[in-house]
Amino acid sequence: MLSDMSTVVTLAVFAPIVGAAIVGGFGRWLGNIPSQAITTGLLFVACALSWFTFIQHTWGGMEDFTVTVLPFINIGTFHSAWSIRIDALSSTMLIVVTSVSSLVHLYSWGYMSEDPSRPRFFAYLSLFTFAMLMLVTAADFMQLFFGWEGVGLASYLLIGFWFQKESASSAAIKAFVVNRVGDFGFALGIMTVYWQFGTINFHELFPMIAAHQGQTWEFLGQSFSALDLAAFLLFIGAMGKSAQFFLHTWLPDAMEGPTPVSALIHAATMVTAGVYMVCLLSPLFEYAPVAKMIVAYIGAITAIFAASIGFTQNDIKRVIAYSTCSQLGYMFFAAGVGAYQAAMFHLFTHAFFKALLFLGAGSVIHGMHHEQDMRKMGGLWKYLPITYGVMTIGTIAITGLGIPETQFGFAGFFSKDAIIESAWAAHNTPQGMFAFCMGIAAALLTSFYSWRLIAMTFHGKKHWEHNEAHGHDHHHEVIDGHDASEPAHDDHGHDDHHGHGHDHKPHESPWVMLVPICLLAVGAVFAGVGFAPYFIGEHAQEFWGHAIFTGPTNHIMHEAHEIEEMWVKLAPLAVTLLGMLLAWYYYIARPNLPKQMAAKDGPVYNFLYHKWYFDEVYQATFVKLTKILGDFFWKVLDIKIIDNLGPNGAAWTALKSAKNLVKTQTGYVYHYAFAMFLGVVGLLTYVFWLVH
Amino acid sequence: MIPAIPNLLSLTTFFPLFGAVVIMILRAMARKDDEAVIAKNAKWISLWTTLITLVLSVVMVAGFNRATPGYQFEEHYQWFGPISYHMGVDGISILFVLLTAFLMPLCILASWDSIKERITEYMIAFLLLETLVIGVFTSLDLFLFYIFFEGGLVPMFLIIGIWGGKDRIYASYKFFLYTLLGSVLMLAAMLYMVSTAGTADIPTLSHFAFAREVQPFLWFAFFASFAVKMPMWPVHTWLPDAHVQAPTAGSVMLAGILLKLGGYGFIRFNLPMFPYASEMFAPLVMVLSVIAIVVTSLIAFRQTDIKKLIAYSSVAHMGFVTMGIFAGNALGVQGAVYQMISHGVISGALFLCVGVVYDRWHTREIAFYGGLTKLMPHYAFVFLLFTMANVGLPGTSGFIGEITTMTGAYKWGTWVAFVATTGVIFSAVYALTLYKRVMFGEVHNAELKKYPDLSVREIIIFTPLILGTIALGVYPAFVFDITTASVDAVVATYQTVIGG
Repeated sequence: MLSDMSTVVTLAVFAPIVGAAIVGGFGRWLGNIPSQAITTGLLFVACALSWFTFIQHTWGGMEDFTVTVLPFINIGTFHSAWSIRIDALSSTMLIVVTSVSSLVHLYSWGYMSEDPSRPRFFAYLSLFTFAMLMLVTAADFMQLFFGWEGVGLASYLLIGFWFQKESASSAAIKAFVVNRVGDFGFALGIMTVYWQFGTINFHELFPMIAAHQGQTWEFLGQSFSALDLAAFLLFIGAMGKSAQFFLHTWLPDAMEGPTPVSALIHAATMVTAGVYMVCLLSPLFEYAPVAKMIVAYIGAITAIFAASIGFTQNDIKRVIAYSTCSQLGYMFFAAGVGAYQAAMFHLFTHAFFKALLFLGAGSVIHGMHHEQDMRKMGGLWKYLPITYGVMTIGTIAITGLGIPETQFGFAGFFSKDAIIESAWAAHNTPQGMFAFCMGIAAALLTSFYSWRLIAMTFHGKKHWEHNEAHGHDHHHEVIDGHDASEPAHDDHGHDDHHGHGHDHKPHESPWVMLVPICLLAVGAVFAGVGFAPYFIGEHAQEFWGHAIFTGPTNHIMHEAHEIEEMWVKLAPLAVTLLGMLLAWYYYIARPNLPKQMAAKDGPVYNFLYHKWYFDEVYQATFVKLTKILGDFFWKVLDIKIIDNLGPNGAAWTALKSAKNLVKTQTGYVYHYAFAMFLGVVGLLTYVFWLVH
Repeated sequence: MIPAIPNLLSLTTFFPLFGAVVIMILRAMARKDDEAVIAKNAKWISLWTTLITLVLSVVMVAGFNRATPGYQFEEHYQWFGPISYHMGVDGISILFVLLTAFLMPLCILASWDSIKERITEYMIAFLLLETLVIGVFTSLDLFLFYIFFEGGLVPMFLIIGIWGGKDRIYASYKFFLYTLLGSVLMLAAMLYMVSTAGTADIPTLSHFAFAREVQPFLWFAFFASFAVKMPMWPVHTWLPDAHVQAPTAGSVMLAGILLKLGGYGFIRFNLPMFPYASEMFAPLVMVLSVIAIVVTSLIAFRQTDIKKLIAYSSVAHMGFVTMGIFAGNALGVQGAVYQMISHGVISGALFLCVGVVYDRWHTREIAFYGGLTKLMPHYAFVFLLFTMANVGLPGTSGFIGEITTMTGAYKWGTWVAFVATTGVIFSAVYALTLYKRVMFGEVHNAELKKYPDLSVREIIIFTPLILGTIALGVYPAFVFDITTASVDAVVATYQTVIGG
C-alpha cells in the first residue's frame, strides 16, 4: 500500500516538470496544440493522483508518510533530501494546486489562443506547478526554499511573459526583488533554526521545539527569545511571498502577467505559500508568542489596508489583486491568533472563488477585446451571461454571504466567518481585538468593492458603446504604429491585437474557458459547506492529525465554536449586506456620485487611489539610495580613491615616465617575468646557502 | 576497475604542455605561407589535447578514494636540499584540476572563430596556462607551487596583452602591479618558512607549528598575494579592467580558474599553517568579505558595460568564499570550496554569454542591446539560466555555495551572515536588471537583427555548462562526496588548535 502510494505521489509531483521540460525544450518543434495537450494532460494526471492521495488520506485511513527521492545537501548535521512529505496540510495543498492549475491550463487554451508563444506559456505554467508542489511537499527547509524561490522564478517569468512591454518586465523584476527581500529574512530564519536545533528537517525539528522554550539567542549583538526570533525571521519570508503590508507592492504590478497566471499564481496558490508555511510551522509559532502577535497584526493591517485601496481602483484585475492581498491578511491574522485550521480553510475556499473571479475577469477582458478599465465597461451581463453568472457566484462567495447558524452559504461564508469568530475568541488579547475589528471593517469594504466590480462591469450604462468609435480608432493607431516599426506584428507580445477585424461587440468566451470557470464555481459554492466539518468542524481533529500543532493553552478553535454573543455572529453578515447596499447605491442607483467624488480629488481619495503612496516612497528611498550608493562606491571609492592611491598613483606615473623601457606591446610581461625570475633565483640561492 | 596509470598526476599536469610543444614543432616545420593550415592544426591539436587532459582528470577523479583526507596519486622525487618534486591531490585540489580541465576545451571552442590573429601563439598560451594552473593545484612543494603560481600569470598577461581590447596595456599593468606586491611578500614568507622548518614540503609544513609570534607576519604575506588573486575588496580594481580587456576565453579562465587560486591558497596555506593568525585576522577577512558582497553588488548595478558588471559580480561572489573559509567550520569551508567550483562554471558561462553577443556586434555596451529574447530564443534561455544561477536560485549550483557559506558564517557571527544575506537581494537587482536591458523590451536597434541565434558550436559549448550547473545544484553530493574528508581534516585541525 505505502509503496504504491509513494509512486502515486511521486508521479503527481513530477508529472508537471516532465511536461514543462518536454514543451520547454521541444515546444517549437511540437507545435502549439501538442504542447498544450502534453502539459495540460500531465496536469490532469497530477490532479487525479492528488485527489486520490487526498481521499486516501482523509477517508482511506492512510497514515502520514514521507518519500525520500534523492539526497540533497549533506554537511555534518546539515541534512537535506529531496522528498515528498504527505500529511493533511500537504495533501490539501496538493489538491488545491493541481486542481486550480489544471483548470487554468485548460482555460489558457482559449485565453492564450492567439498568442504566438503558447508552448513557452504552458511550459512556464507547468514549471510553476512543479515548484509549488515541491514547496508544499518539502520535508525540510532546503526543499521548502527551493520551491519557494522556484515559484518566484516562475512568477517572474510569467509576469514578464510579454517581455516586449516595459511595464511587464519591470513588474517581473519588482516581484522577484521584493520577494528576495522576504527571502532575506527567510534565509536568516533557516540559519537561526539550524544553529538553534542542529537540524533543518521538520520531523526532527518539531519535537525538539517545546524544550527550547524560554531560551535566548544572540542575534546582531542583541539577546532575543530564541523561538520568537526564528519564527519572526521566517515570517518575513512569508510576508514577501504572500504580499503582506510593507512587502505587498509587487502583487498589484504582477497583474501585468496574462490573466490565467494571475488566477493561478497571484491568487490561488503561490501567494498562499506564506500562510501555508506559517501553518506548517505551527509547532514553532505556537511557542513564539511575540512572533504570533506580529503575524496577527500584520495580517489584520493588510486585510484593511488592501481593501481600502481596492475600492478606489478602476483596473478590474487590480481590484481583484488588492482583494487577494486583503484576503491573505485574513488568513494571516487567523494563524496569528492560533486558528491555523481556519486559515487553511480560508486558503482552501479562497483558491476556488478567487481563481474563479480572476478567470471570470479574464473572460470579461477577453470579451471586451482586452480592455481592463472598468470605467469603460458596463451593461455586460447581457453579452456575457455565463461569465456574469459565475462572477456573481464568486462575489457571493468572497463576500461570505450566508445565513448564520445554518449550513446555507457559499464557500467564503464558512471560512471567513470562522476567521472572524476565532479573532473574537481571542478578543481578550489586544491583537485579537484589533484583528476582529479590522476583520469586520475589511468585510464591509470587501463587500463594497466586490459588488462595485460587478456593478461597474456588468450593470449600468454601456460605456464601451459610447466610446467605441473613438477607442476603436485609437486602438488601431497603436497597432498600426507597431506595424510600422515592427513587421512581425503577430509576434507582438501584448494580447491587444486580439479580435481585430471581427465583431467589436463584447462577446462571451468559448467553452474551453467557460468550463473551467464553471467547475470553479461549483467549488466556490460547495467547498465551504462540504469541507467545513473536516477543516474546522467535528472531524477536524482526525483530519489534521499531527500536521497542525496547537499548543496546550491554545483553545481558539474550540472557543470560536462556543461564541455566545449573537451580534458577533451577525456582524459579518450585517456589514456584508451594508457593503452590498452601498455598492448598489453608488454604482447603480446614483452612478454619477463616484465620478464626482473622484473628480473632487480629495486627499483621502488620492491617498487611497495612489495606494498609500507606497511605491512613491520606496522609489524615493530604497531605489534611489541603491543608485546613489552604487555610483558613490564605484566612481568615488573605486576610481577616485582606491585606484588613485594604488595603481594610478605614483607607480603608474613612474612607469609612464619610463615609457622608453616599454617598447613592445608586451613590455610589462617582461617586467613581470623578470621579477619572477629574480624571485626564483633568490629562492634558489637561499636554498643553496641553506644546504651548504 | 579503472586501470592505474603511472604518474597520472604529472601526465595530467604536463599533457597540455606536450600539446603546446607539438604545435610549436609543427609550426617550425611548416612553410611560412601555410598560416591557415598551421592555424587550423593548432586549433584541432589544442582541442584534442585539452579533451585528453579532461579524460585524464576524469580518470583521476574516478580512481580517487573519497574516504581518506590525505593526498593521493602522490609523486615524490628528491631534488636538492629542502626542495623536491612532490605532486599529489586531495579532495580539495582534485576538483580544481577537474574544473580547469573541464573549462579548457570550452575555451578553445569559444576562441575557434573569434580569434583571428596569431592563432597558434594564442593556442600555445592557453595550453601553457592549463599546465601551469593545474600545476598550482597539484604541487605539494612550496618551490614548485611558487613557480606554477607565478608562472601561470605570464600566459594570462600575454592573452590580455596581445589579444585583448583597446586598453589592454593599462589593464595588464594594473594586474601586474597588484600581483607583484603580493608575490614579493609571499616569496619572503616562503623563504622564512623553508629556513625555519628545513623543508619546502607542503604536507609537512601543514603540521609544522610555526611560532605564534611569527604567524601573523607569515599569514599576512600569503594573504596579500591571495587577496589580490581572489580578488578581495579593496584590491579588486584590477579585475574589471582585466576582464573588460581580455578576450572571451581569457575572461573564462580568469574568472573560472585564476580567481580560485586565492581561495585555494587560503585553504591550503593560511588556515592550516597559521591557525592562530587565521583566527586573529578572521574579523578583518569577514569585514572585507561582506564589504565585497554589498559594495561590489551595488557597483555592479550601476555598470553600463556587460563585462564589467559580471566582473564586479564575481568580486561579490568571491566574498562568500573568503567569508566561508574564515568562518572556520565545516559548513563554511565546504561551502567555500563548493562556491568556487560553482562560480567557476557559472561565471565562465556568463562570460561566454557575453562573448556570444560580443562576437556578433563587437560591443559590450548594455544600451546597445535590448529585446534579444525575440531574436535569439535559445540564447535567451541560456543567458537566463546562468543569470538565475548567478543570482543563487535554488536548483542551480549558485544557491548551494551561498546558503552553506552564509550558514557557516552565521555561526562565526550573526552580523556577518546578516550583511552577507543582503547580497541575495542586491544580486537579484543587478542581474535581473542586466537581463532585462539586454534581453527584454522591443528591438529598438536594427543592427540586432543582422545575426542569427546560437550556432551549433555555441550550443555545444553551453550544453556541458548547463548540465553542470543544474546537476551540481540538484545533487551537490557530486562535490561534497569528494571534498568532505579533506575539508573535515583541515577544519578539525584548525578547530583543535584554536580551541585548545
